[in-house]
Amino acid sequence: MSGWTAHLPVLPVVLPLIAGAAIVLIDDGKRPLRALLAVLATLAQLGVALWLAGIAGGLLHSPWGSEIGVYAAGNWAAPFGIVLVVDRLSALLLVLTAALGLMTLLYSLARWDRAGVNFLPLFQFLLMGLNGAFLTGDLFNLFVFFEVLLAASYGLLLHGSGAARVRAGLHYIAVNLVASLLFLLGAALIYGVTGTLNLADIARKLPALTGADRSLFDIGAVLLGIVFLVKAAAWPLNFWLTPAYSSAAAPVAGVFALMTKVGVYALLRMGTLFEPGGRPPLFGGDWLFYGGLATIATGAAGMLAAQQLGRLAGHAVIVSSGTLLAAIGLLGNQYTPSMLLYLCSSVLATGAFFMLIEMVERNRSYGADLLAVSFEAFGLADPDDPTGPDDVVGIAIPAAMAFLGLSFVMCALLITGLPPLSGFVAKFGLIAAALEGAAGLTPVGSWVLIAALLLSGLAGLIALTRNGIRVFWSNARSTPRLQVAEAGPVAALLLLCVALAALAGPAMDYLQGTAATLHAPERYINAVLQAEGVGR
Amino acid sequence: MELVYAMAIGIVTGSGVWLLLRPRTFQVIMGLALLSYAVNLFIFAMGRLNMNQAPVLDPTRVIDVAQYADPVPQALVLTAIVIGFATTALFLVVLLASRGFAGTDHVDGSEGEHR
Repeated sequence: MSGWTAHLPVLPVVLPLIAGAAIVLIDDGKRPLRALLAVLATLAQLGVALWLAGIAGGLLHSPWGSEIGVYAAGNWAAPFGIVLVVDRLSALLLVLTAALGLMTLLYSLARWDRAGVNFLPLFQFLLMGLNGAFLTGDLFNLFVFFEVLLAASYGLLLHGSGAARVRAGLHYIAVNLVASLLFLLGAALIYGVTGTLNLADIARKLPALTGADRSLFDIGAVLLGIVFLVKAAAWPLNFWLTPAYSSAAAPVAGVFALMTKVGVYALLRMGTLFEPGGRPPLFGGDWLFYGGLATIATGAAGMLAAQQLGRLAGHAVIVSSGTLLAAIGLLGNQYTPSMLLYLCSSVLATGAFFMLIEMVERNRSYGADLLAVSFEAFGLADPDDPTGPDDVVGIAIPAAMAFLGLSFVMCALLITGLPPLSGFVAKFGLIAAALEGAAGLTPVGSWVLIAALLLSGLAGLIALTRNGIRVFWSNARSTPRLQVAEAGPVAALLLLCVALAALAGPAMDYLQGTAATLHAPERYINAVLQAEGVGR
Repeated sequence: MELVYAMAIGIVTGSGVWLLLRPRTFQVIMGLALLSYAVNLFIFAMGRLNMNQAPVLDPTRVIDVAQYADPVPQALVLTAIVIGFATTALFLVVLLASRGFAGTDHVDGSEGEHR
């Protein structure tokens, strides 16, 4: 229990906090310095996340002596202090956050960070909230990190301003404020009956709850479940998502693709932890399964009906959330690895898709989604204007249309789950598990799941093909001009998906280990409650 | 005391929900404010209601949990107040921006067909 590596789990929270605060203090005129600091901080987060994943996966030496790392903040042992817990699932999501965050950050540096003030600090605080939510082992601390990421997301959603963003932002903020109040009610009720806020301690005390106390606990848990379903965009709590995501600036929408997965993570984490003491409703079982199916159906219908690519992408996020919720609802160990692979693949794909859309639609009319006022105010110029400053345009990469077309096809394959990319591997895994008649499914249920997965893929394919034809085969459009700084991150995200498909074997090994840890919650509980402080 | 307390929370929550469902942005923000008061009172009640008891250790008292108020809900309420205050202030800014862009204080940015 010595050495600085024992402090690794706190770095994903502290690094963006310090970087974000430092960037606020640097003068707006020193743009390269601000950008450099932001990129370095995000790179460092990626490094720490990979290291933690290596420790959790058993590849690197563990400073905790076990796979599950527990960091007691201020050396107050659980359940009295607040703990950060790193297991395979947390580490996986940290890596995903840092990778997507880095790519969207690089993309935004091409020009989006200048469409408003304080983009870079807000972006760091968003990453801090996401990392914290994935790490924390304390219910109220989870609320605090939710608020951190939401507060940053409010600012980021409004980035660039404009009537559409403000209107969508108003609804988004109102919905999330109400959800936060429900979170507080749920957390308070659970504290009232169990006397603790530590997740592991709640799970330990759960079997002893009986009668009225158990009912009160279930009510509190259902309130929490509603909050997580709002965040995860489950039907019928998802009407805020499409307007918000489709009106957000491209890199913001790209990183928002991960935010619905925070709700999914919370449901998965608490659902598995509370399993031995009796899973409360909404954290698994029929409610989640059929809710997930309804979410898939509404998302697929929305994809077919969407007139704009932005709305199409928003509905694709809803479909991916629905698929994850349905898979969690089945409670089966067999589904978890494929479900997690689907999560990674769909986050990377939808994130790349949001940024790609902005590049594809750019030739429609430059800055149609930005107010002319904010262009003037922040010194952005039309790149087609020959009198404009050169640095805004950059070097137009050749064969831009070929790149865009290829990326679009790859996104379509990933989102609909067609071979040969990682979306297919994940969906195939889910369908194979359903065909084998895995636990928790009646024969009818497994066929319904298979039908939902295939039909949602078909709906996505129809919608994407139709929009692809409209965008790429029409003569009315000029070739958009791209910068390497914009095309590079999208290409990198898609290549990550290719790597995920090519290295599906090792990836699935890690994910199977993740599932094994998740479905043996006593390991998590014992690790948290027996942890000693750093340096003791 | 419990009955009065519960009724107070109920009345504030009811008013908050009603205001939240109104079409004007100012009504919505007042509804959110009322709801957050109700939630704060509720969290406080989860530490059990009692009077004249200290939340921190007092050397003149007997060391017995029954002699103390639960300090955790008080700390939670404090955090919730701070966060709620900040997000409400942010919502107020967005409300004003929406009013400026849309020229109306309707939550949808337009009056709609049915006034």
